[in-house]
Amino acid sequence: MTATPPTPGPTPGPTPGQTVGPFFHDALPWPGDAELVPPGRADAVRLHGVVRDGAGDPVPDALVELWQVGPDGRVVQRPGSLRRDGHTFTGFGRCATDRAGSYSFTTLLPGPHADGAAPFVALTVFARGLLHRLLTRAYLPEGRGGTAEALAADPLLSALDDAGRATLVCDVDGDALRRDLVLQGPGETVWLTYPRLPHGG
Amino acid sequence: MTETTQAQTTQAQPTQAQPTQAEVSAEIEAEEQAYAARPAGTPAETATRRGWGAYRSSVLRVPRNDPHPVDPEGVELWAPCFGQRDVDPLEADLTIQGRGEPLGERIVVTGRVLDGDGRPVRGQLVEVWQANASGRYVHQRDQHPAPLDPHFTGTGRCLTDQDGTYRFTTVKPGPYPWRNHRNAWRPAHVHFSLFGTDFTQRLVTQMYFPGDPLMGLDPIATAVVDPAARARMVATYDHDLTQPEWATGYRWDVVLTGAHRTPREDDLAAALGEEA
Repeated sequence: MTATPPTPGPTPGPTPGQTVGPFFHDALPWPGDAELVPPGRADAVRLHGVVRDGAGDPVPDALVELWQVGPDGRVVQRPGSLRRDGHTFTGFGRCATDRAGSYSFTTLLPGPHADGAAPFVALTVFARGLLHRLLTRAYLPEGRGGTAEALAADPLLSALDDAGRATLVCDVDGDALRRDLVLQGPGETVWLTYPRLPHGG
Repeated sequence: MTETTQAQTTQAQPTQAQPTQAEVSAEIEAEEQAYAARPAGTPAETATRRGWGAYRSSVLRVPRNDPHPVDPEGVELWAPCFGQRDVDPLEADLTIQGRGEPLGERIVVTGRVLDGDGRPVRGQLVEVWQANASGRYVHQRDQHPAPLDPHFTGTGRCLTDQDGTYRFTTVKPGPYPWRNHRNAWRPAHVHFSLFGTDFTQRLVTQMYFPGDPLMGLDPIATAVVDPAARARMVATYDHDLTQPEWATGYRWDVVLTGAHRTPREDDLAAALGEEA
């Protein structure tokens, strides 16, 4: 069947977000979703944490997504996130929190996206109770892909106080990196909004 | 009411702590009236309210601080790439996942995904999930005593085409009870997950059906307080989409916001192509 051709009209307004709700588990997770690379790979790194609510309780029904550049700092534009083949690095992963509110990705350390830039991964969080998605960054700490100079020079980190900065930079946790995500209250993660850029260039 | 750790849609047991629909509706109406009485010249609220007390699950979860404005950099200016390798075209038909026909009103749901300038968002992943025609999800935590349909899992995926169009075949979901307040019922809806051309456009939302009497009573839908913005979550019945002796049709366009990196033509090639 042929659908009615779209009718050009006035530009409609943005569609509002809504909560992901509690029943996304049959639709959004898939096998290997949180393993951007196989865990056994020599340069694989684990990035994990706990999602907590305003009472400090773990959130067992959240969904965390990760999007990052590769170790060379370049944006990956390769399909295959939903059908992991074990060797293609696509830069995208998704992880539903477990009963303890934990998420865990196996990935590669992102490189700096520009000379002197502090490497980070982009994270977004969905959960029942959140009326729209939350966006943040997880910066690599000094000695694990980050440098003191780059972190100090980062425009976002420089604009925050120490407590805010601390919510954005991963902790070193043995061989892993840890970044708890606090939805609300003490230690609340700095969540980000992106004012619209001038475009046309 | 205390926060439940799991969403339960079993029939609500009235408790003293549970507010009634009338009480929740009064909270919603007060916010709507305050919005309608806002000073002239105040811009319309196009976004969902960040905090919305009528939606009890939001109380301990919505951040207290305003989000911090930042210029998108690096990977934030791009979106992940999905291709034919990721999505089988059959995944867009939610009626063929069982061994037989699912129960309910078979519907076609289609529309375009656009950015804030009206440009099509091409080759991007659209994911949907929904309750069955009786208002029940295939989910262990959904113990609402409505029948499960062995022929309906309620999940689907597709990629937008060159025109930004997505298309699913499914059945119309039923409304269902939940425990936000006494005798709370969600309006019928389909959950949508969408990617744009940059990661700042990432969106999860819900598509509602026209004329649903539950929508104005619903603490989630009404968290969009502006009437025009709320209407953007409602599909249009489109008889031209019906298929003879098969399905009725709904049209619903989605407009993504975000930082709006200007896409180039080769982005499309990258988005639609497999490894060259």
